[in-house]
Amino acid sequence: MSEQITFTIDGKQCTAEKGDTIVAAAKKNGVYIPTLCDFEGLKPAATCRVCTVKVNGAPTTACSATVSQGVEIESNTEEITNIRKAVVEMMFVEGNHFCPACEKSGSCDLQALCYKYQMMVPRYDFTFPRKELDATSPKLLIEKNRCILCKRCVRSSITTNGKSLFAVAKRGNKTVIQMDKTLAADLSEEQAKEAMELCPVGAILKKETGFVTPIGQRKYDAAPIGSDIESNA
Amino acid sequence: MGKKITIEPITRVEGHGKVTIHLDDNNQVAQSRFHIVEFRGFERFVQGRPYWEAPVLVQRLCGICPVSHHLAAAKALDVIVGVGPDGLTPVGEKMRRLMHYGQMFQSHALHFFHLVSPDLLFGVDADPAIRNVIGVALKFKDLAVQGVMMRKYGQEVIRATAGKKIHGTGAIPGGINKNLSIEERDEFLNGADPLNIEQMLTWSQAAVDLFKDYHSKNKDFIDGFAEFPSNHLSLVRKDGALDLYHGVLRAVDTDGNRILDDVDYQDYLSHIREEVKSWSYMKFPFLTHIGKKDGWYRVGPLARLNTCDFIDTPMAQKEFETFKAYTDGKPNNMSMHFHWARLIELLHSAEKIKELLNDPDLQSTDLVAKGTKVNEGVGLIEAPRGTLFHHYKINENDQIEMANLIVSTTHNNEPMNRAVESVARNTIAGNAEITEGMLNSVEVAIRAYDPCLSCATHAIGQMPLEIDLYDAAGNLIDKKSRNA
Repeated sequence: MSEQITFTIDGKQCTAEKGDTIVAAAKKNGVYIPTLCDFEGLKPAATCRVCTVKVNGAPTTACSATVSQGVEIESNTEEITNIRKAVVEMMFVEGNHFCPACEKSGSCDLQALCYKYQMMVPRYDFTFPRKELDATSPKLLIEKNRCILCKRCVRSSITTNGKSLFAVAKRGNKTVIQMDKTLAADLSEEQAKEAMELCPVGAILKKETGFVTPIGQRKYDAAPIGSDIESNA
Repeated sequence: MGKKITIEPITRVEGHGKVTIHLDDNNQVAQSRFHIVEFRGFERFVQGRPYWEAPVLVQRLCGICPVSHHLAAAKALDVIVGVGPDGLTPVGEKMRRLMHYGQMFQSHALHFFHLVSPDLLFGVDADPAIRNVIGVALKFKDLAVQGVMMRKYGQEVIRATAGKKIHGTGAIPGGINKNLSIEERDEFLNGADPLNIEQMLTWSQAAVDLFKDYHSKNKDFIDGFAEFPSNHLSLVRKDGALDLYHGVLRAVDTDGNRILDDVDYQDYLSHIREEVKSWSYMKFPFLTHIGKKDGWYRVGPLARLNTCDFIDTPMAQKEFETFKAYTDGKPNNMSMHFHWARLIELLHSAEKIKELLNDPDLQSTDLVAKGTKVNEGVGLIEAPRGTLFHHYKINENDQIEMANLIVSTTHNNEPMNRAVESVARNTIAGNAEITEGMLNSVEVAIRAYDPCLSCATHAIGQMPLEIDLYDAAGNLIDKKSRNA
């Protein structure tokens, strides 16, 4: 049996297994720590920084750091909440996110976090980058205006014949996700659906399925993001 | 010395526009124009978007009747996905119809009770401080409440079918994304007073009766104000019935002769062209075979009752017979009769909502039909303000490469200009002083058409109007304007 350890999150006594990430350990104790790049089954990348917490006073990413015996974790404090909100706002101004006509609206993790942190107007200036929509694949399209470069797709097992379908291209603020067009042409319906569901925003979309889920039945229509975890507190 | 009058902003209409009237040295009208001064460009920025996004994206043209754009785009995409305009499943078509009649009901109620009733209840030249919806609420509380509750009922129908009251997502290419639950149906049929269909029918009939009573006491005004001959165009059902959701294109001339004989709207470009004029962002459509000069036409409630042969619901049909008898079966060319026709459609919409609510097809789960994709489609619908055209072409990657929208108010561009000119000549010309009441007469004429200028230019804003008065040398000598 794994070694059990104890620690606190915002003063709450918690128990987890040694080696758990802070995000996983918090979840077991009914505490929601937001994530965008992190995805169950994928190696943590810590690219988005929205899971930032303080461990014994030092900022770290809760998706990649493991919990230790006796640590004191700060998560839902005013300071941390403001950092997370700032991270979300940066993602908004670095892309072109128009929720009203986006088919991921209501099921989008980024939008859900904006609601959670009550983002009204970003504190940063919009950059309005020129980004393209790649619709050349018969089953998938990549709307790069909405990509937050979480790299879930690059880290995932969405491959055909063992090759990676997605890759990072260019550098710095020109960085984009590219799709291998030859591999994309042979994707199955299931693989296309899997790729879309992996994307936390509306950047990877399975073609011709937009808006089939009615308003009221979308992922975050019934309850805010994280409430399923918090309800187990 | 001559004058130019500018009315800006026009009030109690949707969008932003202005009127200019040039008077000569004898204060006679030399020229009048109804300008639309906004620009948006939806046809351009929808290019490159995936086609299934169009019904949700393009409806953002408007917050008043987004359902019309939502459904017209979806109808065009039905053609593109190979289902065709007649190939929807029963629940797919009937849920969309329910959404549309809910939209028609709330929009017509809003227009009559909130935008128009102040002119009728207080008089065109009454004090503007009371000639408004607040004045109506204070003096005619029951009517104001009816207007609010009828609008609410229609909006709730939209919410149940589209997911949201404004800017929903219900219609998708080839069908609909939800059906109507038994609970939702029963709420609309038997909800607590006043939000049930029987109360809506009663109030709709009362609204028709209210107008008829006003008409009987103000015949000269209602019949003579902004009356002029014109052609009329709308969709009609293949058997000639009034149909607000689908049909064939029919146009009649001022004597009732068919000048467009039930044509398939996929071929609309063969029959309709648009002219551009330098002084307005709104185009001027005309029937190609008749030409620019005489090929213009009216659309909307008045046109629809002029083109159709009958209405397939009993209460509205009874009122339709009275309406037609008033002009001995000939087309009705009186602008103020738009209100009469609109209220008959309000009644018809309530009857249709009741009919649909009692149809068990609405609980079916066969929501979407499939077909073989083509690269082009046209969708037409009768929006509250008239015939709405959406036309899309897509490329091999499913992206929209061309969009053409001709919205209801655009069709009525020339008629509204004629109406303004008629009022200018009959009310303003020859007077040394321009009164506020005279300016409102111009707005009353425009208001009869229930224009949505935002949609017409694909433009944004509340709809203000201003009047400028220029002399014969073109110098601005008087200006009247109000905030919306």
